Amino acid sequence: MSSTTTAKEPFNPKLRRRVDDQGGQQLVECNLVEAITLTLAQEMDLDDRVMCLGEDVGLNGGVFRATDGLQARFGEQRVVDTPLSESGIMGSAIGLAMGGMRPIPEIQFEGFLGPAYDQLCNHAARYRTRSRGAITVPMVVRVPVGGGIHAPELHSDSPEAIYAHQPGLKVVMPSTPLDAKGLLAAAIADPDPVIFFEPKRVYRLPTREWIPEDRYTIPLGKARIVSEGTDLTLVTWGASVYQALAALDALPEDVSVELIDLRTIAPLDRDTVIESVNKTGRCVIVHEAPKTCGFGAELSSIIQENCFLHLHAPVQRVAGFDTIMPYYKLELEYLPDSKRIVEAVQQTLAY
Amino acid sequence: MPIRTDFSATVEHISILDEHGVLDEQLAKDTLTDEQVLELFQYMCKCRALDETAFKLQRSGRMGTYPQNKGQEAAAIGSAFAAKRGVDWLVPCYRENAALWMHGLPMHYVLLHWMGDERGNQIPQGVNITPLCIPIGTQMLHATGISWAMKLRGIPGVAITYFGDGATSEGDFHEAMNFASVQQTPTIFFCQNNEWAISVPRERQMWSSTVAQKAIAYGMPCVRVDGNDLFAVYKASRDAIERARAGGGPSFIEAVTYRLADHTTADDARRYRDPVEVEAWVGKDPIIRLRKYLVSKGLWDDAKQAELDEAGKAMVSEVVRAAEGIAKPAVSDIFDYTYATIPPELEVQRRTMRTHSLGQSPEQVGLAGR
Repeated sequence: MSSTTTAKEPFNPKLRRRVDDQGGQQLVECNLVEAITLTLAQEMDLDDRVMCLGEDVGLNGGVFRATDGLQARFGEQRVVDTPLSESGIMGSAIGLAMGGMRPIPEIQFEGFLGPAYDQLCNHAARYRTRSRGAITVPMVVRVPVGGGIHAPELHSDSPEAIYAHQPGLKVVMPSTPLDAKGLLAAAIADPDPVIFFEPKRVYRLPTREWIPEDRYTIPLGKARIVSEGTDLTLVTWGASVYQALAALDALPEDVSVELIDLRTIAPLDRDTVIESVNKTGRCVIVHEAPKTCGFGAELSSIIQENCFLHLHAPVQRVAGFDTIMPYYKLELEYLPDSKRIVEAVQQTLAY
Repeated sequence: MPIRTDFSATVEHISILDEHGVLDEQLAKDTLTDEQVLELFQYMCKCRALDETAFKLQRSGRMGTYPQNKGQEAAAIGSAFAAKRGVDWLVPCYRENAALWMHGLPMHYVLLHWMGDERGNQIPQGVNITPLCIPIGTQMLHATGISWAMKLRGIPGVAITYFGDGATSEGDFHEAMNFASVQQTPTIFFCQNNEWAISVPRERQMWSSTVAQKAIAYGMPCVRVDGNDLFAVYKASRDAIERARAGGGPSFIEAVTYRLADHTTADDARRYRDPVEVEAWVGKDPIIRLRKYLVSKGLWDDAKQAELDEAGKAMVSEVVRAAEGIAKPAVSDIFDYTYATIPPELEVQRRTMRTHSLGQSPEQVGLAGR
């Protein structure tokens, strides 16, 4: 196998770069999708076994440009435009992983995970267990997720709870360029299958961010405390982190909210959530997915199991409704926004 | 503009050893030596013996549901013998035990699998086999992927995947065939067309007159063989494997055979099959015709058969002993193979599973020390 260029050339020279004033560390200015592309390039530079495959990921660079420039750098063998065939992508990626590669299949939108569900849940997730460790499937399934971009039907759902319910899978959803880079590197290094949900609403928002260029990892299963607080814990992930931040701005200054970005849905960083709620005694959970059996239900249950005597109010959920995700004219009414979050926070504080 | 033909195709059907044990010497040239035929015949007999015993184990409550392989031994053995053990991969469904044993899977593993023990899937290092695959048709994509990986890594191996006629109705079959042909992977799609998918006959499974012709849509070389004819199966498999190994891409083989037994021990084929049809196929049994051939060549006789039957019995009881002699798996096995590293929540469940109250320690519910 050969790379078309050497590993020494920096990937995507159009990105602005500078040296950090304090530590002399090389920084690069990226949005979330650029951070993902950069990480893919770095991981492919480091390890010949890493390859990308999916619909339109090659010459076109993916419909969100997440693999832009990779085929030019690594060739058609390692950045593969596949047939339009989600089960085919997932199933052959499983075989590639079993055959010693480190495949990174892309499913173009979360709504098209359906045809690949059987391969993902009935094979990728189960091989280690059913072969008692003899066969494993190290692969990262990249999937743009969530609403808010005026997309057609089945391009805006949030199915993370479905996959978090499947033993054997890990489910990650970064919300920032910094996290995306570290989490993706960790996911690629992980010996088990990982679904890497990329919140498409924040692929290019709100702004670019200076992040370290050199490889670093953020362990899967570790939440991030976005802001510390003492009155109430706000737990969310993915694009909703930004709605939560907007809610924080809208709340009176004397309200002290601890905002937690889960970053990984499975395995869950229970300790960070439990510790925070035991401290604040109040919790609001925010997610885009439908409320019933959403991941908020699991969180709420964990909180009552572990924080019961510390709670001052019932745990609230601000979620999508138990309906089909509407077409985009009504999507902003469906998705949790800062107003709904502020209301829930105030109700919980006033309980 | 006149109407022209852009594409036309034919499907060849190879038959070398007929049901009376008569060999087409011309076609048999450069296939199997007498020694090889003798070895493979004995393999087939032993596999039949184990298959019959497995059926009895289920009937006597010593094993769960089991799908008999009876009647399909030539298809499994002829194809597996053409592959290189330890280099090529076998990606099976569940009716080609003989192939798996030939490629190094300990024989009791298959029994363990059907005895409800995952250790039957714990393929030993160096044995290039994937575990039996219960969902229909999904494993073919893994064969495509495995052989694709071998191609990318410069390993001169191929992957043979086994499936039945019914599996070719599944979407994954078509996706696997398409991926394999687009990527020109060294994959052999080996269809054991045994005429029945549980109770649905082939003519209600598909409108095409052969299974093999489905490969034509994917630009893939395809051939139909008498699946109960060891020579024909071997020849077609060898040719396909040689082509794949030389970079010629995937091939499709339809082995026309017959499921002489029920779908599984949980099935009763008398509900849907005409006994006359079954009787006709009993006459085409791959073992009987091979024995007739060997006897006609003076390579086999009743005394040798009696000796083989004895050896088969001894081997079978040893295999059964190995499968039944293994201690029950540790309960912690339920947890320990879910991930490479057990996540904290699962560790809590593992530690507290006996308290019936997940999340509480044994001390909390007064079970400490029990």
